[in-house]
Amino acid sequence: MKMVIHISSAMQDPVIARVILGTGVEINVDRANIDATSGEIVLEVPIDACNRVARAFEREGASVSVLEHPILRDEDECVHCGACISVCPVHVFSFADDWRVAMDESKCIHCGACITACPHDALKIVSE
Amino acid sequence: MASKTISKVNERIRDGSVSVLTAEEMTDYIREHGTEKAVREVDVVTTGTFGAMCSSGAFLNFGHSDPPIRMQRAYLNGVEAYSGLAAVDAYLGATQESESDKSYGGGHVIEDLIAGKEIDLHAESSGTDCYPRRMLDTRITIDDLNQATMVNPRNAYQRYDAATNSTKRVLYTYMGTLLPGFGNVTYSGSGMLSPLSNDPTFRTIGTGTRIFLGGGQGYVIGGGTQHDPENRFGTMMLTGSLKEMNPTYIRGAAFHKYGTSLYVGVGVPIPILNEEIAAATGVSDSDLTTEIVDYGIPRRSHPLVREVTYEELKSGIVDIDGSEVRTSPLSSFNLARRIADELKGWIADGEFFVSAPSAQLPARGSAKPMRETRGQLLVQDAMSGDARTIRSDACVKDAAELIIEGYFNHLPVLSEDGTLVGIVTSWDVSKAVARGDVGTVESVMSRNVVTSTPDEFVELAVQKMEKHKISALPVVNETRKVIGMVTSGDLNKLLVRR
Ligand code: SF4
Ligand code: SF4
Repeated sequence: MKMVIHISSAMQDPVIARVILGTGVEINVDRANIDATSGEIVLEVPIDACNRVARAFEREGASVSVLEHPILRDEDECVHCGACISVCPVHVFSFADDWRVAMDESKCIHCGACITACPHDALKIVSE
Repeated sequence: MASKTISKVNERIRDGSVSVLTAEEMTDYIREHGTEKAVREVDVVTTGTFGAMCSSGAFLNFGHSDPPIRMQRAYLNGVEAYSGLAAVDAYLGATQESESDKSYGGGHVIEDLIAGKEIDLHAESSGTDCYPRRMLDTRITIDDLNQATMVNPRNAYQRYDAATNSTKRVLYTYMGTLLPGFGNVTYSGSGMLSPLSNDPTFRTIGTGTRIFLGGGQGYVIGGGTQHDPENRFGTMMLTGSLKEMNPTYIRGAAFHKYGTSLYVGVGVPIPILNEEIAAATGVSDSDLTTEIVDYGIPRRSHPLVREVTYEELKSGIVDIDGSEVRTSPLSSFNLARRIADELKGWIADGEFFVSAPSAQLPARGSAKPMRETRGQLLVQDAMSGDARTIRSDACVKDAAELIIEGYFNHLPVLSEDGTLVGIVTSWDVSKAVARGDVGTVESVMSRNVVTSTPDEFVELAVQKMEKHKISALPVVNETRKVIGMVTSGDLNKLLVRR
């Protein structure tokens, strides 16, 4: 399950390390953007440990959202051209047998590459 | 040898006995039964393609207002249409962008018209005795137009180069997003379903051929602009009424940081009149080749990376120098298939008859590049040939002295064998000195040096500097030896002199 952690840059502590050590859960960091004012970290967390990990981050002062549908496609706009396929770093998109573009959105790490690559403005990142 | 006529085919369409296959089905059929049986058993093969076709647009006639206006400027939802034709005619081009929203263009207006949406029309004029009105604002739908005729100067390329990117940055092009370091390959065209690939010598396609265009019946006007049959880059000019079209098959599009376009659905029926025609429709993706070219080099001819078949492109992965590179089509095979199927249904149901062209598409000819009467300026015309350089193992103080002596800001750094390895600026040196850093040049230089070559176009060198926010480029030869230095000042002086 993908989880997004929002932290403020005032937070200097090694939050992720503390959560991993505290919960003992094996967490994968998919993407981390941290700038002067805030940070956003996308994590892959085993589904049965989600609640535990989320609470641990909240105790550290971070806000947490779980990505159920990280990316949404407007089916009226999508023409199944496949422009999104080769730009996605984690292979969310692929052709089905009838040349429709299938999606496995559970892999999405919110990088945004497909959003600009889609000529039909069909893809949106769901923030919360 | 087996053969039949167009009127025989139409007779069968009329009495319902016609047999139609899509181009994909026909490939299997020919493989199994051969061309002779195909001529006897198959009457029509339907093709289809659905992709970005930038050279598209529509003539619109708005009817006369009261008092009347001779439109000198006309805008539909903020997108300008060319109105230098009579009083209330305009041509709306697919790639014209809205003045206020770069992601909305002529292609989107065409889609919205077909979808029956209301469109803002704004027109301006200087006013004449017979057309006194100077300004007009109204809202129209497609039903309010007398004519809305799509005329696409260049559609349905026989094949098209596939694109990749050798540079270190992401490129946003009309071929979509190209990832750095040969990160992906994009391509267009529908391969074995593509109309002109199924009749590459234009035996059945030409002026007057009735076709599927955007969900309605349309016609081939003739060879498209840049029609280049000698290099297998044939194109068609097409027409049809927007009023008959369906927004499933006509879609506005926007390519990030490039501009707008129109996805057009085209299907051409190929009557199977003889064995040569049948044999051509047996083509498969493994027979169709195109070239992967490097869009990282922004010149008219992009350098060839390799030849490739549509079969490899459609497999999702191609090999470039031993690495597996993922591919993205920009055309939709799903819709191309639906178009071939829909056209097949029309013919089988007796709603669509095939036609003989009154003139075939030209089988000879090629596309010329532009004649340019003013030679392009090159970096060698502007560079200074006596660039001072410094060795990477020299100390920072030496660099500081050289800079002060020479009154310049950039010092290319060379390795022992004299090739370029970095650059130091007066800023790097001052910073190092201020911090009391007295190490070697190597420790303060930046290693990512953006360079130019003597034969680079001045305009491209200027864009390079703007993109990287720098003001000078070392000019290097093939072996990365520095042969000069060029600054934005040098280039601007040269451009101003012209
Ligand atoms: S790029 Fe956009 S239109 Fe094309 S398949 Fe992906 S989501 Fe659909
Ligand atoms: S945002 Fe798009 S490109 Fe990025 S990981 Fe998600 S699906 Fe893939």
